[in-house]
Amino acid sequence: MVDIPLDQVAGIPPAEVGEVELYHPRSWWTRYVFSQDAKVIAVQYSITAMSIGMVALVLSWMMRLQLGFPGTFSFIDANQYLQFITMHGMIMVIYLLTALFLGGFGNYLIPLMVGARDMVFPYVNMLSYWVYLLAVLVLAATFLVPGGPTGAGWTLYPPQAILSGTPGQDWGIVLMLASLILFIIGFTMGGLNYVVTVLQARTRGMTLMRMPLTVWGIFTATVMALLAFPALFVASVMLLLDRLLGTSFFMPTLVEMGQLAKYGGGSPILFQHLFWFFGHPEVYIVALPAFGIISDLISTHARKNIFGYRMMVWAIVAIGALSFVVWAHHMYVSGMHPYFGFFFATTTLIIAIPTAIKVYNWVLTLWRGDIHLTVPMLFALAFIVTFVNGGLTGLFLGNVVVDVPLSDTMFVVAHFHMVMGIAPIMAVFGGIYHWYPKVTGRMLNDVLGKFHFWVTFIGAYAVFFPMHYLGLLGMPRRYHDIGETSFVPASAHDLNAFMSVAALIVGFAQLVFLFNLVWSLLKGKEAGGNPWGATSLEWQTPETPPGHGNWGKNLPIVYRWAYDYSVPGAARDFVPQNEPPSGVVAQGAHS
Amino acid sequence: MAVALILLLVAIASVLFHVYSPWWWTPIASNWRYIDDTINLTFWITGAVFCAVIAFMAYCVFRFHHKEGRQPAYNPENKKLEWWLSVGTAIGVVAMLAPGLVVWHQFVTVPADATDVEVVGQQWMWSYRLPGKDGRLGTSDARLVSSENPLGLNPNDPNGQDDVVVQNEDLHLPVGKSVKVLLRSIDVLHDFYVPEFRAKMDMIPGSVTYYWLTPTRTGTFDVLCAELCGAAHAQMRSRVIVEEEKEYHAWLEKQRTFAALSGQRDVAKAAYKTGSK
Repeated sequence: MVDIPLDQVAGIPPAEVGEVELYHPRSWWTRYVFSQDAKVIAVQYSITAMSIGMVALVLSWMMRLQLGFPGTFSFIDANQYLQFITMHGMIMVIYLLTALFLGGFGNYLIPLMVGARDMVFPYVNMLSYWVYLLAVLVLAATFLVPGGPTGAGWTLYPPQAILSGTPGQDWGIVLMLASLILFIIGFTMGGLNYVVTVLQARTRGMTLMRMPLTVWGIFTATVMALLAFPALFVASVMLLLDRLLGTSFFMPTLVEMGQLAKYGGGSPILFQHLFWFFGHPEVYIVALPAFGIISDLISTHARKNIFGYRMMVWAIVAIGALSFVVWAHHMYVSGMHPYFGFFFATTTLIIAIPTAIKVYNWVLTLWRGDIHLTVPMLFALAFIVTFVNGGLTGLFLGNVVVDVPLSDTMFVVAHFHMVMGIAPIMAVFGGIYHWYPKVTGRMLNDVLGKFHFWVTFIGAYAVFFPMHYLGLLGMPRRYHDIGETSFVPASAHDLNAFMSVAALIVGFAQLVFLFNLVWSLLKGKEAGGNPWGATSLEWQTPETPPGHGNWGKNLPIVYRWAYDYSVPGAARDFVPQNEPPSGVVAQGAHS
Repeated sequence: MAVALILLLVAIASVLFHVYSPWWWTPIASNWRYIDDTINLTFWITGAVFCAVIAFMAYCVFRFHHKEGRQPAYNPENKKLEWWLSVGTAIGVVAMLAPGLVVWHQFVTVPADATDVEVVGQQWMWSYRLPGKDGRLGTSDARLVSSENPLGLNPNDPNGQDDVVVQNEDLHLPVGKSVKVLLRSIDVLHDFYVPEFRAKMDMIPGSVTYYWLTPTRTGTFDVLCAELCGAAHAQMRSRVIVEEEKEYHAWLEKQRTFAALSGQRDVAKAAYKTGSK
């Protein structure tokens, strides 16, 4: 065997700069509370996001109780129902999913997967979390202020969002906007970190086209978020000024409770454009990390390389770019110029093509694999079912004229819950079951995991699949009670009751999941460093959980892509990214 | 294999639910049957894709689930296959988009003979205004809203004096006549939504939006608000009564004009050319 010097192996550049000294914590406080270690920040982000997410889950129970059994629960009235839907939506989309995917998964996985010791700006990263926590606290405070949280709907459309006919007009809307502004400030600090770390701190040999798709998904989503959130930021600031100082950015001449209001000349539609210029990319900010995670789960647990890696990367980038020119498909019936419909319907349906490619490549990865039906794999399969279902109903709503009868009905609610509620949550759960062993050193309990999976998947499908048909029937969204109509049959109420029962059962299963998280931390099976036999770098750390600085003395060197599973002729059914090709001098031996 | 079977059952149950469940759209009462057709076409295409993907996945789980000694394939990519799948998807997308855009073009092109009808939304009731015998609606402005002039009509506009104002009562429309529905709000966003008409559009304070339709059958239809407008959004109701021309005119005769309501001038009751075009 001939020794091949490292600098002659393709794709391994020489180390150009030395390593920068890491920040080392000196006390318990700086190690576990005001930590600058991305792994600790990731756990902080995840716990905070899941805690506020539990609030949103409880709110969804309240909504389902009201919808399934209208009039039965005297503690829910029309105002509260609107407050519940508003807070549920805002929390789930922004404070749970965005924070969990980018702040949670991003912080934990980016440095480990690209072979870095930490994020490039650890102090800013720490600040990002604390500002996020403040945003969550301000949001939670709206439950305690006079008048309660805003009931303007999660889209916060003016004029009603800041007028007296809407609950929470006093304090709720002000704190909501303040919280959003804080969230965006916090996110920007984290987001810059994720982008610069991916671009600048990859280890030797980790070319962009060798990165795991999880990193590609989170990276692209973060770039998008950095471009999209500013639109929400300015919209929030302007709406806050309209509310507090009486400016009229979004407020035309109008009557408020019979009196002419002191507004004039503003445009309510402008807010909608700004909101959806953020809001549509936001869908993909949540979806792209899920795409990446699912790709890695399927490949690892099917013991097969991801099919069409390059196409998968380009599909992520194409979806990210296209998602900035489709926003007005949320506004087909907003009263904007009707000719916009031609353009936005076309761009929207074009997105279906790269998205479909991703789905094909996932199922083609399963083809001729060696499919281990582990809990992460089950969640990945459920992701494909719910994502395909929700993606296909997107073709209804994106096709402008089909959207006309369906918009603002329960069909829309069913669609977006399936595609950006259930599907990304499946990816979150799959990801947690997959990486929990790395984070804690212990496996999550398998029996509880399978129970959690089946109840959540079948239950959530039973809630949201039939819901489409209530929308077809014409049942509008954001109604606490459909009341007397000539077109809703009594059987629809039975269906609503069924969906509510299913939703409560799904909610219960999440308690089992939380119990599993805590119980396994104490009593779970020891995981070892690489329980799934995975190739990517985070599984090759010298310690599990990874220590401060991740890699011990020497950074890993990457020789191959992240998907060398079942390579013909290889000794094992996976080849880690940092395993040198035969003949290359092992790391550290050559200097 | 239980997992493969359950995946397959999810797809089958979805299809059976689609076919046999009693929840489906309301019988249509307007000319927008093409919208229903486009939805049906979309159901066929997307349903086929859904079933194909799930069935393929279930097959893979059944056929390739883990067994000791199974050697998975190693095939990083297959350009030809990926290319064909992309082209196939593009064809499916065009098959849905093209008819969709054609129908959208009809939807946004108001026929010249359509009669104007104004719908005014306010928290939380519906009002309507029909042009008088001059066939034209007068101008309006939210600044003019008062208890005597709740719709904010311009008292100095001669076109508006004979406008028929229907406040907080049902709207009547003649069957078979195209109407351009002009949508106006004096406070927040609303959306004039009649499920049987299929059409809907938001109303925005400060501008006038519109859509058009031709009622195709007589009957009484619920009006709902489809854009969140505050606390009583769900109670903002009205009805549209589509009736034969003769009954419609009988109703119209009994309505009051803006001038009569504002007590300025007793304009003769609205009289309409019957059977025009």
